[in-house]
Amino acid sequence: MVVAAKKSAVSKTVGKTAAPKAPAKSAARSPARRSEKASGVPEFTKAEELDAYRKMLEIRRFEEKAGQLYGMGLIGGFCHLYIGQEAVVVGMQAALKEGDEVITGYRDHGHMLACGMDPKGVMAELTGRQGGYSKGKGGSMHMFSIEKGFFGGHGIVGAQVSLGTGLAFANRYRENDNVSLTYFGDGAANQGQVYESFNMAELWKLPVVFIIENNKYAMGTAVNRASAQTDFSKRGTSFNIPGEQVDGMDVRAVKAAGARAVEFARSGKGPYILEMLTYRYRGHSMSDPAKYRSKEEVQKMRTEHDPIEQVRNRLLEKKWATEEELKAIDAEIRDQMNAAADFASADPEPDVSELYTDVLR
Amino acid sequence: MPTEVLMPALSPTMEKGNLAKWLKKEGDAVKSGDVIAEIETDKATMEVEAIDEGTLGKILVPEGTQDVAVNTPIAVILADGEDASAASAAPSPKAAESAPPVEAAPVQPSPVAASAPAPQASVTSAVANPPQPEAVPEPEVPEGTEMVNQTMREALRDAMAEEMRRDGDVFVMGEEVAEYQGAYKITQGLLQEFGAKRVIDTPITEHGFAGVGIGAAMAGLKPIVEFMTFNFAMQAMDQIINSAAKTHYMSGGQIGCSIVFRGPNGAAARVAAQHSQDFTAWFSHIPGLKVVAPYTAADAKGLLKAAIRDPNPVVFLENEILYGHSSPVPKLDDFIVPIGKARIARPGKDVTLVAWSIGMNYALKGAEELSKLGIEAEVIDLRTIRPMDIETVIASVRKTGRCVTVEEGWSQSGVGAEIAAQLFEKAFDWLDAPVLRVTGKDVPMPYAANLEKLALPSVQDVVDAARAVTYR
Repeated sequence: MVVAAKKSAVSKTVGKTAAPKAPAKSAARSPARRSEKASGVPEFTKAEELDAYRKMLEIRRFEEKAGQLYGMGLIGGFCHLYIGQEAVVVGMQAALKEGDEVITGYRDHGHMLACGMDPKGVMAELTGRQGGYSKGKGGSMHMFSIEKGFFGGHGIVGAQVSLGTGLAFANRYRENDNVSLTYFGDGAANQGQVYESFNMAELWKLPVVFIIENNKYAMGTAVNRASAQTDFSKRGTSFNIPGEQVDGMDVRAVKAAGARAVEFARSGKGPYILEMLTYRYRGHSMSDPAKYRSKEEVQKMRTEHDPIEQVRNRLLEKKWATEEELKAIDAEIRDQMNAAADFASADPEPDVSELYTDVLR
Repeated sequence: MPTEVLMPALSPTMEKGNLAKWLKKEGDAVKSGDVIAEIETDKATMEVEAIDEGTLGKILVPEGTQDVAVNTPIAVILADGEDASAASAAPSPKAAESAPPVEAAPVQPSPVAASAPAPQASVTSAVANPPQPEAVPEPEVPEGTEMVNQTMREALRDAMAEEMRRDGDVFVMGEEVAEYQGAYKITQGLLQEFGAKRVIDTPITEHGFAGVGIGAAMAGLKPIVEFMTFNFAMQAMDQIINSAAKTHYMSGGQIGCSIVFRGPNGAAARVAAQHSQDFTAWFSHIPGLKVVAPYTAADAKGLLKAAIRDPNPVVFLENEILYGHSSPVPKLDDFIVPIGKARIARPGKDVTLVAWSIGMNYALKGAEELSKLGIEAEVIDLRTIRPMDIETVIASVRKTGRCVTVEEGWSQSGVGAEIAAQLFEKAFDWLDAPVLRVTGKDVPMPYAANLEKLALPSVQDVVDAARAVTYR
């Protein structure tokens, strides 16, 4: 009886949405294909389409540039690119207001740009320069901007889930109406502290939206080889946390789901889980040749479900923009990212005195 | 034959308690399981149940009696046909220090709160009666300040309460801190004063609630995270080190983390290896953390207040055996002991003994014994392990030329090893003998009473080491 009641609580929420319900059993399965079956994805206005196009393209071009600098030896260590997943952060960010917080794991460049952080400061952190957001001491996985509500940037898989729950705890404590967006991947979703956090978040009705970016692979391990339950939207079921699967390649679907989830959390009803069905085109990190999946699989995603191409095609179809106008936007963004790369290459390394600063306050 | 009811030990660390109330009177019939009396300790009120059937023949300790030693006969139960005059013939075990008290007592204590976990702790004969440190006045205490005797437990509670009154961003979270009033009663009364919003019972989920606390601290709140014992903080080690200690540095100084992790650390009594371990050296290793381990009630209060106000993560290592010990605390509105300053607990000229927390018990007792041999030891209470006040130690070693460190933790990579290394680097020319370390033995803590005692350092170890370095 109790189990049935819990189930219905979740499925009720899912039922209200137009999101696809089928679990992602195979890594090769296309989330976008399933979303096409789903009706009711809300249309964007022209302004919304153009805004999403620009923001997603900024992330894409930034990451391409970062990959280039990595190849030139200007970026060291680990560098995890977000290419392919842009619709998730851009759609979610549209649901936020001033004061809301964002926290994520190590694949974090897209989240920072979506929060409005300066590409120069992010790129300079990647190159380990003094003008980086962490003065060059954090690197790719550890950047923060309190001003923009971005709380990192965390390198230990799953740690940000407890921390993001703590941000939500602080909002509740201060009795404001801010919401914490806590992102993690399908890999992190198997960490124990995720469920410890789910439990406390629901127990205390904390204003947190857990966003599971299911990009099909935890490093090189396909979801179905690592997860007994591959429908991550159900991972909160035993805590009574509602969840839904979202086509994470369609920025419109993400924004609509994000608005529902954020509103739920903001209104005091507690946490909410969104599983974003998405895909990363690049390897796990720069050193990953991605031999665990076929070239065809990646190519199919790129050609049929690319989040930016979807917007571009709609803009052209509806004659809301011409090829030339879109090319001009692209050129402008390329210039911006080239400037960021130039800055990050020319900016000096941190002064040696910085070795001993910021250990303690 | 009449059966004596003995004052029960309600925990391994209990030495005495108050007989709060008799629930049966002389002549009443009792059967197994009947609650016959209530016993109060500084931690809890417990009920005493009868195990044998019979008649309560004689009450030997009237209700309201304070400080009844464990194993003192408190009543006599008569079997059928016996009368009270037989009671005097009953064997009369003395309030023993060494006998296993619970086995000997024909009663069985049961917690009033039936669901309560009973965290265990320790006492060894060497540290059962701590010597009082000589009153060396604190520079931060004005002359003529009234001193009030307090247990460390009360001092810690007062420190939290004062800081919570002062700053609305300070809150306490942990297992059993609210409704249960604290597993060791350190948070007693806080729920009543500050309410459930600021005194928060967590699920048993150390990794998770440490992370939640750290997240709240990153957002600017000032959590006090209580670990029921630091043994359980190992579950949260990743969050303490990777998130709390490092984020300030990795963010180039943007993200602060003003948080206190506190709870009992170190050996406890008869609870075996997983519940009896000193983690001081572990935390001491980590840049980005401050590590504090007080010995006196005054230091516990002043340092905890300083830790709560500190903008950095502070690991505050308490000791269960010291919780019930009383020492003078200055009666001041806002008594703060700065983090990072050692204290000379006993002046001397022949050898420097460096200790902290429970290690001070061995050091001070050792100094007393050494004094009888004509060796005047200077005892330094380190109080803060990181940042370490090595200057005070060096100043003392320049005078004595000799140093012995005392800790219950293991020797390899221990705090004593660090002190010795720093002295070799910074005070080599003043040393007249190698630095010696008195530590716990290099084994997991055994359960058996005799082996447990052997595994811990002893006062004799301190005396032997001091004699060795003074060649006397």
